[in-house]
Amino acid sequence: MDFGGINPVILIATLMASAVPILLAALGETVVERAGVLNLGVEGMMVIGALGGFIVAVHSGSPLLGFLGGAVAGALLSLIFAALTQVFLANQVATGLALTLFGLGVSSLGGQGYNGIKPPATGQLLPDALAKLPVVGPIVFGHDWVVYFSIFMTAALWWVLKATRIGLIIRAVGESHEAAHALGYKVNRIRLMCIAFGGAMAGIGGAYLSLIRVPQWVDGITAGAGWIALAIVVFASWKPWRVLLGAWLFGGITVLQLNLQVAGSGIPVEYLSMAPYLITILVLVIMSAGRRGKANGAPASLGQNFHASR
Amino acid sequence: MKRRNLLATAAMGLTLAFGGAASAQGMDKVKACFVYVGPIGDGGWTYQHHQGALAVKEEFGDKVEIQWQESVPEGADSERVLTQMALGGCNIIFTTSFGYMDPTNAVAAKFPDVKFEHATGFKREHPNVTTYNARFYEGRAVQGHIAGKMTKSNKIGYIGSFPIPEVVMGINSYYLHAKKVNPDVQLSVVWAFTWFDPAKEADAAKALIDQGVDVIASHTDSTAPLAEAAKTNGAVIGFGQASDMAEYKDGPRVSSIIDNWAPYYVKRVGAMLDGTYEQQDAWEGIAGGEVEIGEITDVVPADVKAEAEALRDAIAAGTYHPFTGPINKQDGSPWLAEGETAPDGDLLGMSFYVEGIVGDIPQ
Repeated sequence: MDFGGINPVILIATLMASAVPILLAALGETVVERAGVLNLGVEGMMVIGALGGFIVAVHSGSPLLGFLGGAVAGALLSLIFAALTQVFLANQVATGLALTLFGLGVSSLGGQGYNGIKPPATGQLLPDALAKLPVVGPIVFGHDWVVYFSIFMTAALWWVLKATRIGLIIRAVGESHEAAHALGYKVNRIRLMCIAFGGAMAGIGGAYLSLIRVPQWVDGITAGAGWIALAIVVFASWKPWRVLLGAWLFGGITVLQLNLQVAGSGIPVEYLSMAPYLITILVLVIMSAGRRGKANGAPASLGQNFHASR
Repeated sequence: MKRRNLLATAAMGLTLAFGGAASAQGMDKVKACFVYVGPIGDGGWTYQHHQGALAVKEEFGDKVEIQWQESVPEGADSERVLTQMALGGCNIIFTTSFGYMDPTNAVAAKFPDVKFEHATGFKREHPNVTTYNARFYEGRAVQGHIAGKMTKSNKIGYIGSFPIPEVVMGINSYYLHAKKVNPDVQLSVVWAFTWFDPAKEADAAKALIDQGVDVIASHTDSTAPLAEAAKTNGAVIGFGQASDMAEYKDGPRVSSIIDNWAPYYVKRVGAMLDGTYEQQDAWEGIAGGEVEIGEITDVVPADVKAEAEALRDAIAAGTYHPFTGPINKQDGSPWLAEGETAPDGDLLGMSFYVEGIVGDIPQ
């Protein structure tokens, strides 16, 4: 079952886990952007979520509460962004960038004293007997609950955005906030809730890093994952399933390149290292290139502030 | 008072300008500044440097002011930070990562009366640039010995940061000593291309574990590889890197290399105070106390532990050099003849694997 010394079953199982932080953050950002808001502070919200989740988990001893704490921390930080852009109508790009810097700084400060502590462990969700099955065991049954949660959220968001009234309202606000306003929807309030949701998702993604993947608190733990998430949203044309594909592709090639190195393939390491970025962008660009006439799916009001007086 | 100070500085500047001799006169107060590549909270490399900085403050009290900046990217950014520190009145600036080599020399040219100390580099282009390093490969030899004895799968791993002589040296030493006690051992090297990225370091460790590696040494700065090894419930062991990483003692960490910069920093800042400061190229190892071997835990059988400690003591006593011939390069060409030990110059520019290691060093 090995190809060049790499076991594809373990590879797929690993990539599903390693893509979780990016996937969750990107899904949250998809909703935010579909509502017409460009929040570049994903990295900041992730790192705050990582710290918030870690602190709560360590003090409560419960990883589940930790993830909740991560979500709350991310959402709280995003509310700063929401207040600045939706109430005071500040520039979204500048505010988002500031949010990232702020988040990194605050987490570094708040994380003092949490270095070198081990968080309570999160085990796999299903019994070991299932996870030990050949092939499907590691891929389908061997994960912690957050992996299943991330896939569930992909499906849920797809359905909500596509087939429900709430999704329609969110899309209306993102496509034409004036029309939505004319119909009587509270544009800024809807956007604020979307921003908070995006913050919570980024926070859970960050908490996955500090509670399961790494698992410990270190400064700057996200190391740029938030920016990857932002890029994936754009290349996935704001569609949840494509976000999943992009995140898995990125996670998969990241894992693959390390495995190829270990397996001693002859490919130079430099090419392997840039492969995740290159291939993810390439594939998603090709996918969205087909229907250029029909626009690439960007919400028409993306990045524009709204005030009822205009 | 003011004028006298001015004259003193001017005189010092003059002596430095003419031939760069040591300043004959000590200083009343020294401002020592430190540039770190990662956050102090990394639990490894930067943490240890900061411990050294704090030791300086402890030693000299009011006579010393310390200042530091964390997470300074290698490259153009560091040049700006260094310039700012030099302008801000720092008398001596320690730049604590290999990638600061060129920026350190570039800024040193502009501030001849500020002392620069660059860790792990080899360029001293100006009389006010000193380099200092520690012989980590001595510690790697001890780790390699333990790895060779402890591995059950005969696969051992090494997480490399960047392909620089410092890291290549460590890989070679680790492999040679594992091979010596276990001829069947195979080494897998993963290049992370980062000093500090916990998620990536964890992924690298996971990739090694997935491929059957059961002893992991790392040359990156965080504790993430150990945390990853801890998930295997004892099947995989590893080593603390740069710092003791004692919090994993009851888990995968069986020993460690501890960088102890405190004696060096205290010595150098002390030399500034009493006027004996001179440019130099410092490279101490286990003997000088800069490289310490962290406690070997009970996971390691007593006889292996005793052997590892004997190896450590032999290196410290100078009776054994980790690179003693015969050693061939990877391509089979001879490097060291029987009984010959590696000259420092060869080590500092090391850009080849020794015979038996598979794979290429990225260029």
